[in-house]
Amino acid sequence: MTSTTPTTTDPVMLAKDKLDAHVRETIAWHFSPATGTPYWIEYAKEHGIDPASIKTFDELLAAFDHFDADQVLRYIPHEKMIPKAFEGRPYNVFETGGTTGMPKQRVNWEDFQYDYTQFSKTLRDEHFPRGGNWLMIGPTGPRRLRLAIEHLAHCRDSSVYFVDLDPRWVKRVIREGNPAQAKGYMTHAIDQAMTILRHRDVTALFTTPKLLEALSERMSLVKLGIKGAFVGGTTMDPQYTRFLIEEVCEQPNGDSMGTAGVGFYPTYGNTLMGVAPHRDNIKENGWATTYYCPQPRAVLRVVDPDETAKTVEYNTFGRVELTTLTKELFMPRFLERDEAKRVEPWLEKYPWDGVSEVRPFGASTQKIVEGVY
Amino acid sequence: MSTPLHIPILRLGTTYRSVNVRQIKDLSTGETVAEMSVGNAGLLKRDTYKFADAQAALQAIPCEDLIAMSAKAGELFMNATLPLGDTMQTPGDYVQQLSRTSGLPHTLVRANMAKVHEALTHLDDIVRGLTRGISPEVLDRGFGEVNGTAVSFYPTTQALGMVMPSNSPGVNALWLPSIAFKTPVILKPGSDEPWTPWRVVQAMIAAGIPEEAFGFYPTDHEGSAAVMDVCDRSIIFGGEATMKRYGGDERVEVHGPGWSKVMIGEDCIDDYEKYIDIIVQSIAANSGRSCINASTIIVPKHSKAIAQAIAEKLAAITPLPNDDPNAKLSALANPKVAEWADSQITNGLQASGAVDLTEAARGGTPRLSTFEGRTYVLPTLVHCDSWDHPLCNSEFMFPFASVVEVPQNEVLDTIGGTLVVSAITHDDAFTADLLRCRDIQRLNLGPAPTSSAQWDQPHEGNLFEFLYQRRAIHMAGATSGDGR
Repeated sequence: MTSTTPTTTDPVMLAKDKLDAHVRETIAWHFSPATGTPYWIEYAKEHGIDPASIKTFDELLAAFDHFDADQVLRYIPHEKMIPKAFEGRPYNVFETGGTTGMPKQRVNWEDFQYDYTQFSKTLRDEHFPRGGNWLMIGPTGPRRLRLAIEHLAHCRDSSVYFVDLDPRWVKRVIREGNPAQAKGYMTHAIDQAMTILRHRDVTALFTTPKLLEALSERMSLVKLGIKGAFVGGTTMDPQYTRFLIEEVCEQPNGDSMGTAGVGFYPTYGNTLMGVAPHRDNIKENGWATTYYCPQPRAVLRVVDPDETAKTVEYNTFGRVELTTLTKELFMPRFLERDEAKRVEPWLEKYPWDGVSEVRPFGASTQKIVEGVY
Repeated sequence: MSTPLHIPILRLGTTYRSVNVRQIKDLSTGETVAEMSVGNAGLLKRDTYKFADAQAALQAIPCEDLIAMSAKAGELFMNATLPLGDTMQTPGDYVQQLSRTSGLPHTLVRANMAKVHEALTHLDDIVRGLTRGISPEVLDRGFGEVNGTAVSFYPTTQALGMVMPSNSPGVNALWLPSIAFKTPVILKPGSDEPWTPWRVVQAMIAAGIPEEAFGFYPTDHEGSAAVMDVCDRSIIFGGEATMKRYGGDERVEVHGPGWSKVMIGEDCIDDYEKYIDIIVQSIAANSGRSCINASTIIVPKHSKAIAQAIAEKLAAITPLPNDDPNAKLSALANPKVAEWADSQITNGLQASGAVDLTEAARGGTPRLSTFEGRTYVLPTLVHCDSWDHPLCNSEFMFPFASVVEVPQNEVLDTIGGTLVVSAITHDDAFTADLLRCRDIQRLNLGPAPTSSAQWDQPHEGNLFEFLYQRRAIHMAGATSGDGR
């Protein structure tokens, strides 16, 4: 049963209805013998779940425990995770984690292209001029990111230069107490980026906040001809966000969407979720960066770490929980290694909960190794 | 409830208010006395492009004038009402604020204040001591003559980084000559003690020293590392881990534990009673917070009697109201640090061969104690049977010392790195051995407390030699010896 009335105009309720409908569609897809995913069909049998009875997102939350990504995405054969509808089609394998031990892997056909095509609509032409070249300083290899960024650039008639980065190595040397080597690696990456920037016309950047900052220490991004930068991958607290906008991106009045400096587009996302755009009035929100996931394909909740069935109050920190609902991947209630502040819906654009001030889970009580990515 | 005052960041001439703040609280009431802006490391990294201008601003002022301005700043620091964020601060405000948030009683705040004042008003003596009498004009011109020899000095850095501690305001005296040496300072204040470096900077600006010569960057751990990254010369205060990390790095001078000691020679030991007050002063001056406080008393005999005599005097030092004129003991700003120190001693006493003599002298009052809501570790004297006991040669941030017997002919091979030794002896041979000892940074010969300092005698590094390097110079066509 859905809770809506046919005449409601409340954007939050409408979004909820849309999500519930998407849940029914996704459940029907993944648990149907004709199109479904072997792992989930077996799971439902083993756990006594009647997929047909799940009609809403709330019912989905009640029916499924937290997805054990560490086990399933590391050790379950890919064949078990391939929906029957995709059987026989070659796929991409994308990895996440893997600093030590087996990385988590997901299979992908078209999800990232769809996600980034949608995301492209959030970028403004004045910051990401159509046809202008991009530079990405970040991990390529087994990551989704390289292909995703390239696809995004192509959506905007642009091409991308790449400087590769191995975040696993950076995290490892930091954990081993060798910050000098991590710094040397960062310098190595920035050296390569500067070489590209000296010899090619580049108008847009994608990298991490730390690398963006390091690049700007070499030369003014504005003088380098950069119009827009979108960043993600590591924590940005409000002060750091302000610093990046005002000083690194040289936006004198703190307007991240201004054109005097570099347009600043923070993003939150990963291989399992897709990509979440940010709310663009950063300064007015006390320099906090808020993200809204691409609902209904992904749903973020900020939950009480000690009682994960419950969300925390608005403007309170909790652990980030991700549910992915695409035809390629069904992943209910995965507890991310992040914590964030739960933020109220942005009624005009994204009428569902947002997450703000994302940081590694436990960052308020312990030092977490993030590296440069 | 009034809004707490705000202490901003000073970015070499520009004031900056950070989104992130640290609350500095009254240790007794928990009231927020001030909010301090806490900057990210990048702010400082971006400001490095201002270093050259900051240095040029000081280069443009003759060294003699900078010394005179520093002296004026000393008077202003002591007596004037100076800016503090958006408000003004009287000397009385400073005493109150620092006392409430650090635990130092007013007596010790004023003693530290006097130390900074003395350093600023005697900067000419300090500069002379550090440069061994080189004319200030040599620094103005970059070359000159000393005893008929041409000399030239060049700066090793555009700015001096200072990663400050919170434990004792007096340590700010260390960086004061940097301004006379035409070197801007980048100060990272201790997280609980912005008051003193801020006030010194304001006094110096009010005295006419260009404001662009001062960076004041309250920041986090990453920011502290950035200070040492962007400054080619830095001074950092810290424990053994810091010493290990930066030891051997010529760009960084580490001020770690002092492991300072009082030694009594065989020739004076039978008169030990005459020296008890000097030993107690060495241990307890400035509430035992300085690296020049004695933490080990080494004697050839009578150790138990000496330990007992010291313990009785130390036990008489008790917490008093902060404004009590007789207060000598400081609270610890962070109760966890106090608990850690207490547990270290308690654990150490479980190893046989050591006894805490102060506890009995206090009538059993526990070492860890609270008074008016503040946390104290009461003065502690431990007698150790052997140098190898874990509590022997240990150092804490409150009045603590161990007394141990070591034969005189073994003592200098035993002590290890020591900031200050006060050696009470008239024995010429022992004195000669002390003078040759490579482990002692400052040597007081005779009955002087370790805590006494003379400004023209740098005891831990020489700031001039840190900030300047001598180069060979030859000026073709100049008459030999005229230095030009």
